[in-house]
Amino acid sequence: MSVVLSLRGISKNFGAVAALSEVDLDVAAGEVVAVVGDNGAGKSTLVKVLAGVHRADSGTIAFEGAPVTIGSPAGAHALGIATVFQDLALCENLNVVENLFLGRELRRSRLDEVTMELRSWELLRQLSAKIPTVRVPVASLSGGQRQTVAIARSLLGDPKVIVLDEPTAALGVAQTAEVLALIERLRDRGLGVIMISHNMADVRAVADRVAVLRLGRNNGVFAASAVSEQDIIAAIVGAVPVPEDHRGSDDDT
Amino acid sequence: MTTRESEAAAPLDLLDERLRHGGGWRAVARAGWERLRAGDVGPLPIVAGLVVIWTVFQLLNPAFLSSANLVNLLMESVAVGVIALGVVCVLLVGQIDLSVGSVSGLSAALTAVTFVNSGWPLPLALAAAIGAGAAIGWLYAQLVTRLGVPSFVATLAGLLSFLGLQLYLLGSTGAINLPYDSGPVHFAQLAFVPEWLSYLLVVAAALALFGAGHGLARTRRAAGLSARSTPLLVARSAAVLVGGVLAVRYLNQGRGVGWMVVAFVALVLVLNYALTRTAWGRSVFAVGGNAEAARRAGINVRRVYTSAFVLCSSLAALGGVLAASRLAAANQASGAGDVNLNAIAAAVIGGTSLFGGRGSAFSALLGILVIQSISSGLTLLDLDSSFRFIVTGLVLALAVALDSAARRSRAAHGRA
Repeated sequence: MSVVLSLRGISKNFGAVAALSEVDLDVAAGEVVAVVGDNGAGKSTLVKVLAGVHRADSGTIAFEGAPVTIGSPAGAHALGIATVFQDLALCENLNVVENLFLGRELRRSRLDEVTMELRSWELLRQLSAKIPTVRVPVASLSGGQRQTVAIARSLLGDPKVIVLDEPTAALGVAQTAEVLALIERLRDRGLGVIMISHNMADVRAVADRVAVLRLGRNNGVFAASAVSEQDIIAAIVGAVPVPEDHRGSDDDT
Repeated sequence: MTTRESEAAAPLDLLDERLRHGGGWRAVARAGWERLRAGDVGPLPIVAGLVVIWTVFQLLNPAFLSSANLVNLLMESVAVGVIALGVVCVLLVGQIDLSVGSVSGLSAALTAVTFVNSGWPLPLALAAAIGAGAAIGWLYAQLVTRLGVPSFVATLAGLLSFLGLQLYLLGSTGAINLPYDSGPVHFAQLAFVPEWLSYLLVVAAALALFGAGHGLARTRRAAGLSARSTPLLVARSAAVLVGGVLAVRYLNQGRGVGWMVVAFVALVLVLNYALTRTAWGRSVFAVGGNAEAARRAGINVRRVYTSAFVLCSSLAALGGVLAASRLAAANQASGAGDVNLNAIAAAVIGGTSLFGGRGSAFSALLGILVIQSISSGLTLLDLDSSFRFIVTGLVLALAVALDSAARRSRAAHGRA
């Protein structure tokens, strides 16, 4: 698999607080990398660095092998890194089409509503999205539908990498399943997916690799198929990894 | 293949089985009723309010609905209506400008000083007045976007400062008359559309409305999307045609339709186009709805705020020039008194939300008709400005209460 996005030694300080120090992360095309960590581990900061909201203080970012700087949200987008924030950043007073094309409307001085609506439908169909009509304000959609709209919007610029911040945090069971299926479809389309999550079940359901952050530092990268939930949690909370042959002994005694 | 065929039968955007839909009039009526129940009231309360106000005043004084009074009412509406149009822009981005009255007064004074006292050519004097308005708007935008000053404080400071500047410019006499034979005064007092041309304008408007609607429906159908049916479009244009012809015919029994009124309506239409059919308009609504989301979508939020403030103050300046032209003078009372609140009230009464992200250019037009009707009706009843202030204040309170209630209802019905 070819690595699309590669972070090396990324650090970001807020005053005296080191939110990220020397963080490395790779994501390949057609791969889902889950980034997990406790509160304050630096997950959100990492998302914001990738999205161009914050600029890293040091470290290098390579995109498709070439070193790049991500200076602004628009810059991240131009590179091909799309970010879906936890709060989705949708305008509730605008309808689905208006939200999907916000900031990149077709024919800026005489909006091409018909083409925008057609392309919205096309995109939503590709994602097998269950949205009855695109001409209602986003406020009237359910949480899962809004997540779908936010993800669909991030796909409009034809990105190579998509960053999802807590995509299932606010969702019910059915909606979570819907979004996880959507993430798998993104992977099948050959996108690199970085998924920030708290939910171990979701991580294990879709992730290929799991990167653990702890207190702003890397604390291990695991292949999702080979790692147990306990090992991930141990890495998250910083417990000393227990050697394999000692594990059973506590239960025995 | 069978799914293909069944899909071809229904428009692409109406495929979902959860959608309840049907063709024709009943579907339109039902959709309208459901929007209404959900609190998406549109211009209905304001039209109803206008009917009530007109009925009451007509009963109290039969001269109210005379063509002479209506002609006058329309001419009197324009200056504050133009200011209200600017207020709509700042309200849409979720900000407010409390200084539009002072800015209009300052611009009136500036026009009078440059045009009359200094003898500048008219275009230069007008450009100076409106340019000053634009500069004021830019200044507000800098205060709000760079220093983070709340807009109501920044503009409240402006209210006092620019009132002071206006008084300073007018000097010790406190008033400067504009010559009666000058262009602006003629435009604001005596320029009426010839009768034949006023009918032609109505017909052109109806045809343009139909043409635009029909063109859109055709492209939508060609693209496989649902579209308004042609009879519906014909009915809409016919309604505009009949209503327009009746109104114009009645007004022409008096002095007719003022060019100033036509210019105001044209300005409303231009702003409506800009707000609904351009990327700039979309960004205005987006910033008013969720500024952070707009910023992350790559919209230059600071520039959108700046455009709204500049547009507002420029239109306020234009309104000031029109008010001075109507009065044939700029004095210390230009833009003072209730001008400020009337302009803001007109925008809100017309249905532009104080909370940002909802409204339309037409709200300035409808709102100012309500305000001016009240003002005119009370004047005809020989009630002085004390009553006018009280009634206008109450109507404003009612409109804001309605706005808040509708907002809550929309939230409950998931319509934002």
